[in-house]
Amino acid sequence: MRWIWIDRIVELEKGVRCVAIKNVSLAEEHLHDHFAKDDRGPATPIHPASLIIEGMAQTAGIMVGHARDFAEKVILAKIGKATFERDIVPGQTLVFSATMDRIDEAGASTSGVVEVIDHTSGSNERLPVGNIDLMFSHIDKNMRGLAFPEHNFVFTDQFMDLMRNSGFA
Amino acid sequence: MPTHEEVFEQVREVLVDALGVDDDEVTADATLTGDLGAESIDFLDIVFRLEKAFSIKINQEELFPQNVLQDEQYVQDGKVTDKGMEELRKRLPHANFDKFDADRDVNNFGEVFTVEAVTKFVESKL
Repeated sequence: MRWIWIDRIVELEKGVRCVAIKNVSLAEEHLHDHFAKDDRGPATPIHPASLIIEGMAQTAGIMVGHARDFAEKVILAKIGKATFERDIVPGQTLVFSATMDRIDEAGASTSGVVEVIDHTSGSNERLPVGNIDLMFSHIDKNMRGLAFPEHNFVFTDQFMDLMRNSGFA
Repeated sequence: MPTHEEVFEQVREVLVDALGVDDDEVTADATLTGDLGAESIDFLDIVFRLEKAFSIKINQEELFPQNVLQDEQYVQDGKVTDKGMEELRKRLPHANFDKFDADRDVNNFGEVFTVEAVTKFVESKL
C-alpha cells in the first residue's frame, strides 16, 4: 500500500500540468507528534515539509506517468529545489501545481508551486507556500541498465482510483 | 557567437544549480562525478539544463555514452578494451582521456567528464 498525500486531482493537462489539493486534518495521527506538547511548550501541529515534498512528488509524478499513458515506472530521483515560507496547520488546504519542464526517454524534470487556502478569511485566496522542483527517472531506462519487475508497481490501483475519483480516468 | 569564456560561465551556472556546488568549485579541470559529486540522475538534469540555457538539443548518449560501457565488445573484466577506447574517443571528441587511459577501469569513467569537456561539447553544438 502506498501512502497517498494528495486528496484529489483538480486539473490535469496531458504532459503539461497537474494540480492537486490536500486537506490537512487533525485526524492525521502524525500531526500530534509534529510537534507534541513538551517542556518547551504546548502542542504545535504542523504538516511536515517532507510530506509537502511528497505531495508535490505525487502530483508531478502522476503528470509524468500520465504523459506516457502510465507505461513507464516513474520514480522520484532528485529534489532540485524545495523552499518553504510558511507553516501548514490543520484546517488548511494545500494546493500543489506541477508543470512539466522537460520529458524524454530517460525521465522528466518538473517545476512545482505550493500554495495554501487558509479558509479563515472566508475566501479561496491562495497564499504562497513555496517552490519544489523535481527530477523523475523512467527507471526501466536507467543508465546503469538495472532490471526491475515487469508490473508497474508505481502506479498502483490506489493511484488509478485517485485519478478515477477525481474524474480523470 | 559566444566566446569560450562566456560558454564556460554559463556551464558553470548550470552546474552550480544542478549539483548544488559553489561557484569556485566549478573549475575547468574539475570532474563532474569525482570533484562535483554528480550521480547518474544529475547527468539527465545537466542535459536538460544545458538544453534550456543554450537553446540546443542534446541526446543524452552524445554527452554521456553509457551504452558503450555496458557493451561487452567494448568492456571486458571491468576494463575498457582498445576497441572501446576507440569508440569512446569517437563519441566524445572533446573529452580528455589521458588519465582514464592509464587504467581504463569503468568505475573511473566519470573522470573524463570535466567541466572543460562539457564546455567544449556545448561549443560544438552552438
